[in-house]
Amino acid sequence: MPSLIDLRRRIRSVKNTQQITKAMKMVAAAKLRRAQERVMAARPYSEIYSQMLADVAGAAATAGADVSHPLLAVREEKRILLILVTSDRGLAGAFNSNLTKAAQVFLAENNGADFQIEAIGRKGRDFFFRREMKLSGEHLGVVDKARFADAAAIARKITAMYENDEIDAVYLIYNEFKSVIAQKLMQVKLLPVAVAGSEEPKDYIYEQAPAQLLGTLLPKYVETGIYRAMLESAASEHAARMTAMDAASTNAADVIEGLTLHLNRVRQASITKEIIEIVSGAAALG
Amino acid sequence: MSTFLLEVATPEKLVVRNDASEAQIPGTEGMLGIMPGHAPLISEIDSGELTYTMEGKRHTLAIAKGWVEISSSKVRVLVDSCEAPDEIDVKRAEESLKRANERLLSPKQDLDLARALNAAKRAQARLAVARNK
Repeated sequence: MPSLIDLRRRIRSVKNTQQITKAMKMVAAAKLRRAQERVMAARPYSEIYSQMLADVAGAAATAGADVSHPLLAVREEKRILLILVTSDRGLAGAFNSNLTKAAQVFLAENNGADFQIEAIGRKGRDFFFRREMKLSGEHLGVVDKARFADAAAIARKITAMYENDEIDAVYLIYNEFKSVIAQKLMQVKLLPVAVAGSEEPKDYIYEQAPAQLLGTLLPKYVETGIYRAMLESAASEHAARMTAMDAASTNAADVIEGLTLHLNRVRQASITKEIIEIVSGAAALG
Repeated sequence: MSTFLLEVATPEKLVVRNDASEAQIPGTEGMLGIMPGHAPLISEIDSGELTYTMEGKRHTLAIAKGWVEISSSKVRVLVDSCEAPDEIDVKRAEESLKRANERLLSPKQDLDLARALNAAKRAQARLAVARNK
């Protein structure tokens, strides 16, 4: 039977842990709010952009223009680049393991292909590093800051690789923020770009030829795609951490309750034992 | 007075969503002066100064390159970056202008000409907007 001192020590230790998980939950909640605001703030641009891309692509198609662009070129998918957006820190429940699991499933599904992995976030980097997979690049500490310039730099590198015929397809795996308790795992094909031109293009005056406009618009598709994944992932990460830390705090409370009950029983038992000893000692004397 | 809805968005945020009575946008083929009822148009735009008039007051923004879409009652501007005069870091702009000029004047083999030119233009636009505050 553990002694009273041991029990008290354990209760104190669990209480300390609970304080930490509670604090982490509060921090995650505050960061989540900011991350959500950023997701919202980025929405108008991507909405206007998608509409513009559809209009221009539709116009280019109806004009019968030559719309061949390096980023539209479809090749047999022999060399695949996978961009995996994870978090830099752990303690976020199953957030990162869901991502790495999905990535492994994806690798298994496309078994014959030659893979390169671009890791955004420390956890994904570490995962593939331990498995001695080929990493084409790693980007740590960019997700939380969520600056567009970072996303654009990654996109530039990847578009260049695609244009130079070093890779045949680019996929993106990240967590999308659905709600505080739900993240949705997303697997998106970034390149080649699949543009759905709008059916009835509006009657615009095009200062540049639609085909040329399309050429400058397309690289932005990769940039905004990666940027959006980073924003969504940041929001999901904080939400996942918040839920995980909330569960941890509740668990700690349960453990403390159980230990306290046990402590009281042990204390009572020892008091009872002492009384019996005194009483029987007195009886022996009398 | 008739107005149109002007929206200026960067990938990070929506900077302007306001009714404006007039706007001037630096298109790559020349300055675009826009009044209410402008014909629908799509154009690329260059780094430079975007000015617009809202409730009789003129506003200036330093923008990086992007696109503009004009439809019946809306003008939507997509740019890489956009700053109001009091947001501009003059020192940083001066430094990046210097850096870009150096790169253009003593070109190395792997010089990305378009990017260096664009960096110079962007810095110039920022400085011009900051000075006319």
